[in-house]
Amino acid sequence: MRNIIWLLVIVLVILHQDCWFWSDTRLVFGFIPVALFYHMCVSIAAGVTWFLATKFAWPSDPAQDGTVD
Amino acid sequence: MTQLVIISIYLALLLGLGLYSSRLFSGTSQDYLLASRSIGPFLLLMSLFGTTMTAFALVGSTGEAYKEGVGVYGMLASSSGIIHSLCFFLIGVKIWRLGHKHGYLTQIDFFRDRLESDKIGLLLFPVLVGLVIPYLLIGVIASGTVINGVTRGTFPEMFADSKGGVPESWASLVVCVVVLLYVFFGGMRGTAWANAFQTIVFMVLGLVTFCVLATELGGQDSFFANLRTASAAVGEDKLTRHHITQLQFFTYMLIPFSVGMFPHLFQHWLTAKSADSFKLAVVAHPFFIMIVWVPCVLVGVWATTELAGVPDQVPPNAVLAFLVKTKVGETLAGFLTAGILAAIMSSLDSQFLCLGTIFTNDIVLRYWGRERFSEKQIIVMARVFIVLIVAVTYGFSLFEPRRVFQLGVWCFSGFSALFPLVYASLYWRGLSKAGAYAGVVAAIASWGLLFAQSGFASNPGFLVFGMMPVATMFACSTVAMVLVSLVTPKPSNATLAKFFG
Repeated sequence: MRNIIWLLVIVLVILHQDCWFWSDTRLVFGFIPVALFYHMCVSIAAGVTWFLATKFAWPSDPAQDGTVD
Repeated sequence: MTQLVIISIYLALLLGLGLYSSRLFSGTSQDYLLASRSIGPFLLLMSLFGTTMTAFALVGSTGEAYKEGVGVYGMLASSSGIIHSLCFFLIGVKIWRLGHKHGYLTQIDFFRDRLESDKIGLLLFPVLVGLVIPYLLIGVIASGTVINGVTRGTFPEMFADSKGGVPESWASLVVCVVVLLYVFFGGMRGTAWANAFQTIVFMVLGLVTFCVLATELGGQDSFFANLRTASAAVGEDKLTRHHITQLQFFTYMLIPFSVGMFPHLFQHWLTAKSADSFKLAVVAHPFFIMIVWVPCVLVGVWATTELAGVPDQVPPNAVLAFLVKTKVGETLAGFLTAGILAAIMSSLDSQFLCLGTIFTNDIVLRYWGRERFSEKQIIVMARVFIVLIVAVTYGFSLFEPRRVFQLGVWCFSGFSALFPLVYASLYWRGLSKAGAYAGVVAAIASWGLLFAQSGFASNPGFLVFGMMPVATMFACSTVAMVLVSLVTPKPSNATLAKFFG
C-alpha cells in the first residue's frame, strides 16, 4: 500500500505539469480560469493522497509515539 | 481613521494573547522555546500553516497574479500542497521522533549530532540567519505597504509625503514591535496560540475580502453573476501562462522543498506532542493553501481590469491594499487589513523566536556553557539577539523594496538548496561530515552568485539555462554533497545505529 501512495504522489507531480491547459482561456462555471480550476483539483487530489498516506503509509514507531514525559 | 482604530485594536488583542499565554509559562527555556513539546494536532496545523502563509501568500500572490496572471497558483500553490505535506511526512515526523528521543532544540542540534561535527553549527548558523532575513524582510515590507495603502488620505497634512497615510516605515516599526512583544511575553506557546488565532482570522477575512471585492467589482444582483462579470473582464494574457515556459514552471516545483529546511518550521515540528499530531497538518495543508490562494489570485487578475481601476503607478505589492481601500467601506477595510496583517505576523513571530533560539542554544550555550547562565539570562540573550536581527531587517526595509513575491522566491530557493542535506541526513547512511559541508557551501555559494547576477532580486525574469535558479542551486548542493561523501569517512557505527536503528 505504501508503494501505491508513492505512485500517487509521482502521478500528482506529473499531472501538475499541465501543458494541455497552457494557453486555454476558458472560464469554468463562467468565472474560474480553467488553468486555475485544474490546479485547484490538483490541490484537492493532493489532500486526498495525503489522507490515504496517513491511513495506510504512516511511518510507525510504537516505542516513540505517544505523549511527552 | 476607522481602519487605523480597528488595526490598533487587533494589534492590542495580539498583545493581550501574548500576555495571557505568558501566565502559563513555566519559567524554563524548554517551555519558552518549545512549549515543553506539548502542541497537539490542531494547534500544530494552525502553527505550521500560519507560519508558511506569509505576506508572500496574500500580498505577494495577489501582486504577482496582477503582473503575471493565474499561472501563479499552479507555479507555487498547488505544488506546495504536494511538496509541503511531503516534507512534513518525510522530514517532520522523523525529526520529531529524533528530537523527542535525543532532546534536540534546534536544527543545528540535530545536524551536529548526526554528523558528529561541532563546526557544522558555525557554518549553518550564519547561513540560516542570513536566509531568514529576506524572509523577515517580506513581512516587514508588506506590513508597511498594506497599512500605508489602507490609510492613505486619512492624515493629508500630517503625512503629506506618504499620500496622507501612515508612513510605511512607521507602520512596519509598529508591527515589528507588537510581534516582538508578544513573542517576548509568550515564547513558543504564545506564538502557537497567536498563530492559531491569526490563521483563523486571515482565512475567514480573506474569504470575506474576496466576496466583498467580487460584489464591488461585479455590480450585479447575485454573487455568481458578480464573479462571472469580474472574470469576463480579465484579458486573455492573464488567463494563460504565455509569460512562462514549461521548463520554468516545472522547476518552480523545487521551491516548496524549502519547507524542509526552514529553521522556524523545524522548531514547530519539535513542539509536537506526538508523531500522530502531524497527521492533521499533512492532510489539511493542501486544502488550506487552496482556500487562501485561490481568492488572492482571482482578486489579483481582477485588479487588471477596468472594473478595478487600479492606476498604473500602484506597485504590485500595494494592489491588494489599494482595492481594499477603494472598494470597501472603512470599517470592513479595517477588518480586512487586520486579516492581511494576521498572515504577515503569523510568520514573523515564528521567525523571530527561532532566531533567538538558535543564537542562544547553538552559539552562546554551546561555546560558553549552559551552567554559566540562569534560565532568565538565557531568555534575555535570546531576546537581545532577536531585537538586533529585527533592527537589521528593518534597516533593509527602508531601502528600495523588491516585489514581495520575487524576494520570497529567492529566500525559499536558498532553503530549497539545503533540502538535499536534511533528506540525506535522515535517509542516507553514506552522508559524511565533509559531504555535508560541501553541500552547504555549494548551496550558499550558488545562491549568492545567482542572487547577485539577478540584481539582488530586481530582475523578476532571471533564469539559468531556462530554469528557475533554484534548480541550479539544488543540483550544485546535491552533487557536491554526494561526491564528497563518497570519498570521505562516514560517521561512526554507533552514530549510524542511533539514527538508522
